[in-house]
Amino acid sequence: MRIHDFRESYVHDEALWPTRVQRAWLVAVLVALAAFPLVGGGYLVGLMCVLGIHVIAAAGLNIMTGGAGLISLGHAAFMGVGCYTAAWLAQRGVPFVVTLPAAGLMAAALGVVVGLPSLRIKGLYLAVATLAMQFLLVYVFREWESVTGGVKGVNVPPASLFGLELNTDARMAWLIGGCAEVMLIGARNLFRTRVGRAFTAIRDKDISAEVLGIHLLHYKLMAFAIGAFYAGVAGALLGYFYRAMTPEYFTLQLSIFYLAAIIVGGLGSTLGTILGAVFMTLVPELLRGGVAFAAQWTPRATEILSPIQQVVFGLLIIGFLVFEPHGLVEVWRRIRRFFHLWPFRS
Amino acid sequence: MTGFDWIALAEFSAIGLLSGGLLALVALGFVLIYKGTGVINFAMGEFMMLGAYFLYTAHVMWGLPLWMALPATLAAVALCAALVERAILRPLSGQPVISVLMATIGLASALHGGVDAIWGGRNYEMPQLLPRKPLFIGDVMIPGQVLWSFVLAAVVIVLFTLYFRRSRTGVAMRAAASDPVTAYVLGIDVRAMQRLTWIYAGLVGAMAGMIVASMTSLSPALGGAALGVLAVIILGGLDSIAGAIVAGLIVGLLESLTAGYLGGKVRDIVPYVVVLVILLVRPYGLFGTRQIERL
Repeated sequence: MRIHDFRESYVHDEALWPTRVQRAWLVAVLVALAAFPLVGGGYLVGLMCVLGIHVIAAAGLNIMTGGAGLISLGHAAFMGVGCYTAAWLAQRGVPFVVTLPAAGLMAAALGVVVGLPSLRIKGLYLAVATLAMQFLLVYVFREWESVTGGVKGVNVPPASLFGLELNTDARMAWLIGGCAEVMLIGARNLFRTRVGRAFTAIRDKDISAEVLGIHLLHYKLMAFAIGAFYAGVAGALLGYFYRAMTPEYFTLQLSIFYLAAIIVGGLGSTLGTILGAVFMTLVPELLRGGVAFAAQWTPRATEILSPIQQVVFGLLIIGFLVFEPHGLVEVWRRIRRFFHLWPFRS
Repeated sequence: MTGFDWIALAEFSAIGLLSGGLLALVALGFVLIYKGTGVINFAMGEFMMLGAYFLYTAHVMWGLPLWMALPATLAAVALCAALVERAILRPLSGQPVISVLMATIGLASALHGGVDAIWGGRNYEMPQLLPRKPLFIGDVMIPGQVLWSFVLAAVVIVLFTLYFRRSRTGVAMRAAASDPVTAYVLGIDVRAMQRLTWIYAGLVGAMAGMIVASMTSLSPALGGAALGVLAVIILGGLDSIAGAIVAGLIVGLLESLTAGYLGGKVRDIVPYVVVLVILLVRPYGLFGTRQIERL
């Protein structure tokens, strides 16, 4: 229930979390998340790490695709670049506080290069161009063995922060959670700035954006750079979390997964990023549990687990596009609206 | 040291050009849908898969003779394509590009998983549909399957081109594709034409799938093969059938030459290099409509 909430100044209206109730909830959720690694089991804490990484990467794609309208089918490749950069630097003894931003910057630099075609092409053509880039980069990951270790993969030494070895899942969960929080707040804030508004203008109609004086070259490349930066950081964290990485992880499948996550969550919304990434990660896990349960009666069940996951994945994308195009965030808003005046009026 | 091996070059070139026919056939499926509905159908490879698996089921598992199994397969694929158009694409018409694009990707994932769940991930041995007897031109040997697949693809493409030029329905489809509103005013059932577009594209894909599967083997990996064909349609221009044919031959030739001289790994990325170069230099392709805005 929300009462006594009047927006009386622009500052208040633009605030990230305008009401006291929202701030209270936010603190409660953050405390719960921070306490979770202490009480949760090994599997759940590991899952939390993966979720955090997916959220960061999806946030980057949501800035690029949801915010600026640039479709990318190559997000996983940016993650790969971040991961291999971090691994290469870490093997040479560079400390974690340097490798993480370096991984992001390397991916961002590549993002600018990949973004160059976006100045001439858009929509489907851009999707195909990023798709081609995705395949080329995976090829590079496989073949450039001196840096990436080829198909055998690369090992990443454990990270250490302020003299503390980040070698357990719980410590990684805190690190990843902290990074995710910072980057999500960054993403949220971005759309309250000049840059974010320029992105929105470009997404809605690029010609009128240019007429308004928005430098398209500048801002489109910036969108690619920011999106790739997020992916690079996520990739580096992924490397530190798994401690070993092969090129097979950064395939088109993963890029599609992130696109699906932001569509299911809600394009252009930070909350949607979180909801979508969490939802799309948890559904296959739940299916795995369900299949393990069904395997008691039909042994064939485990055999068709991965096809079933694929089918459900596809149907979720289609279902959301057809029935709930604004994604989970819209569902969430509807629930909230119901409770605004509850129990006085429903 | 002997001189350059001209016979090998001729062989690679001939095989490349001929296998380009098959690429052109798959590209035709893409182009039909792009022209008709403005969508790149990322589930094209899955339609190829469906065709091949249906044919295998009818012909080998149920033991139907080919003259019965083939029409039954094509009818089943056509039905699937019509269902897809009705259930997924029509509700999404008029939505942003990313929605429709992701819908076809979701469809690809669902179909791929479905095929995998029903038939399993193993390899099946397709019966030989095409004669294997190689053809010799001088010292240059051309495998029979490659030759006949080219002939078959060429026949299908020619038939489709004639259909679009001569028949009443074909002309109506072209009208609906180039300007739906005017076509609608002129009394053409645009929705029926779009459905027909999907059906034809499904049929083309299914035929290509059968041919590919009978030349290699049948497994869910067949579905990924179609992505490489994106290079063909980008090179040819997304909305040009003639472009698809020419580009199919060019890409086939390039693939065969790189496979011959640089190895199979390089061959797999050739289509994507082509895509990037074309998009940077000439985004509308060789024969496509120039409608790219430069901003």
